[in-house]
Amino acid sequence: MAWLRRNLVVIIGLLVMAYIMVPNLVVTIFSFNKPNGRYNYEWNQFSLDAWLNPCSSAGMCEALGLSLWVAVAASLAATVMGTMAAFALGRYRFKGRSATNLLVFFPMATPEVVMGSSLLTLFIAMGIPSGQLTILIAHILFTVSFVITTVKARVASLDPALEQAAADLYANPTQAFWKVTFPLVAPGIAAGALLAFALSFDDYIVTNFNAGASTVTFPMYVWGAAQRGTPVQINVVGTVMFFGALAIVGIGQLIGARLRVGSRRKEAL
Amino acid sequence: MAALTQAAVGAEAPAARPRRRGGLVPFLLLAPALLWLVVFFVVPTISLASQSLQTGDIDNGYTLTWHFATYADAMSRYWPQFLRSIIYAASATLGTLLLGYPLAWFIAHRAGRWKNLLLVLVVAPFFTNFLIRTLAWQIILTDNGPVTGFFRATGLTNVLQAIGLTDNNSLLGSQFAVTCGLIYNFLPFMVLPLYTILERLDTRLLDAAGDLYADGWNTFWKVIWPLSLPGVVSGTLLTFIPAAGDYINSKLLGNTQTVMIGQVIDAQFLRVLDYPIAAALSFILMAAIIILVAGYVRAAGTEELV
Repeated sequence: MAWLRRNLVVIIGLLVMAYIMVPNLVVTIFSFNKPNGRYNYEWNQFSLDAWLNPCSSAGMCEALGLSLWVAVAASLAATVMGTMAAFALGRYRFKGRSATNLLVFFPMATPEVVMGSSLLTLFIAMGIPSGQLTILIAHILFTVSFVITTVKARVASLDPALEQAAADLYANPTQAFWKVTFPLVAPGIAAGALLAFALSFDDYIVTNFNAGASTVTFPMYVWGAAQRGTPVQINVVGTVMFFGALAIVGIGQLIGARLRVGSRRKEAL
Repeated sequence: MAALTQAAVGAEAPAARPRRRGGLVPFLLLAPALLWLVVFFVVPTISLASQSLQTGDIDNGYTLTWHFATYADAMSRYWPQFLRSIIYAASATLGTLLLGYPLAWFIAHRAGRWKNLLLVLVVAPFFTNFLIRTLAWQIILTDNGPVTGFFRATGLTNVLQAIGLTDNNSLLGSQFAVTCGLIYNFLPFMVLPLYTILERLDTRLLDAAGDLYADGWNTFWKVIWPLSLPGVVSGTLLTFIPAAGDYINSKLLGNTQTVMIGQVIDAQFLRVLDYPIAAALSFILMAAIIILVAGYVRAAGTEELV
């Protein structure tokens, strides 16, 4: 009984962890299914078909390609604009700074359905046809605030003494920025870019409002498929994305550990 | 990862105040992002408000006639969906809090060297498209599946039906399934801010509370909970706001009795093509959320979120 009381939080924690993991497990298991009919809901028979022919589901790989392209372009644009804005907000005092912070916060606090529909009314009013361009505009919009917030936190936590030290060592402001400040902020920029990519790649609601009839991103493809019958290939993509993300994080941790060991060695010398 | 949680918490690291006057420099740096936010966020919001007050139809165009009756019409036709969205979002928020708090505590203080791995596993599902993961819930809760079998064998289906969370002997296509899906989808948004706060909590405070004869219950309510409030506030906001507008879960896991307001807005905009009422619904949802959130943040006494 005492043991149970002491470890109750661990038991609950593990159960909640299972709740988080089970859907991904199901996605992976059902990527090896050979469904009996159009819907991949019940286990029928083990098969590697979907893994061997990932593009045989009509239109899926095109949708995937479009989503990847949009996510790369949108996160690139949002990262450049967001990083510039984050430096302005993190380092300078100027009139309208708190109003700007509020404007940056609002898109993050707006439900997607409101953001998507208001953009649609603007595009309708201006006569801009829905398509790749409107998707890109929307994705840059809802990712840029996240980039700004992420990078700003990093910029604000910088020690000003470091740049002063660089100046004392005769670095001009440009050198001080590129050799001292930027490398220190870079992890924040990388995190912001990754977050923007993930948000853009995963978005359905805002995209659905602004894509028009003929432009289909991967989430839209999945949504459409869910109404007509779910191809197993969707699960293959889901599985690859999940384990790909784990691998990227794992490699990142390894590189981080290497760097730390390396710098410790240098210190030891 | 740290930056991601910081973004999730929305809090800046305690740091030096911005220290310089840069003349034009900050404005030049801000220009592109600010222009984007104004042109594609502020202007559309105004355009949405204007659209909601226009009359006309899609073939002959719309004119602004300050037709406020659209709002009354929208409310009288769709108040059940509004109410339902708020209730579902609130229950989902409570659910994520009840599940997320023990998990965040477990990761922060009891996971030892598994801490980083667990944190990664909390975030990793994000990288699998959330529609795919919600479809996985259809498989999990399906009628012939083991979960429904277990619920039936233990009589839990009858309990759920008795309290009105399901309509029949199945789990899928019910309020229960929709709420489970919402909790699942937004759990990481609760766990990350809670973890950030709880991880910084000095565990010697717990010993101190014990020395002062506080039992576990009192230690939690008088020491841990008040100190974790900032994390609770940002976690609940990050869950409630998107959950109130979400319609993926209610569409994929619910039935016609679980339609949320996002579903109505989507249908009015994209299929019925009744733009004024769709815009009015959208605007009411935004206003309702802003009012609820402002009241909540004031009651919780933390205004440093922005």
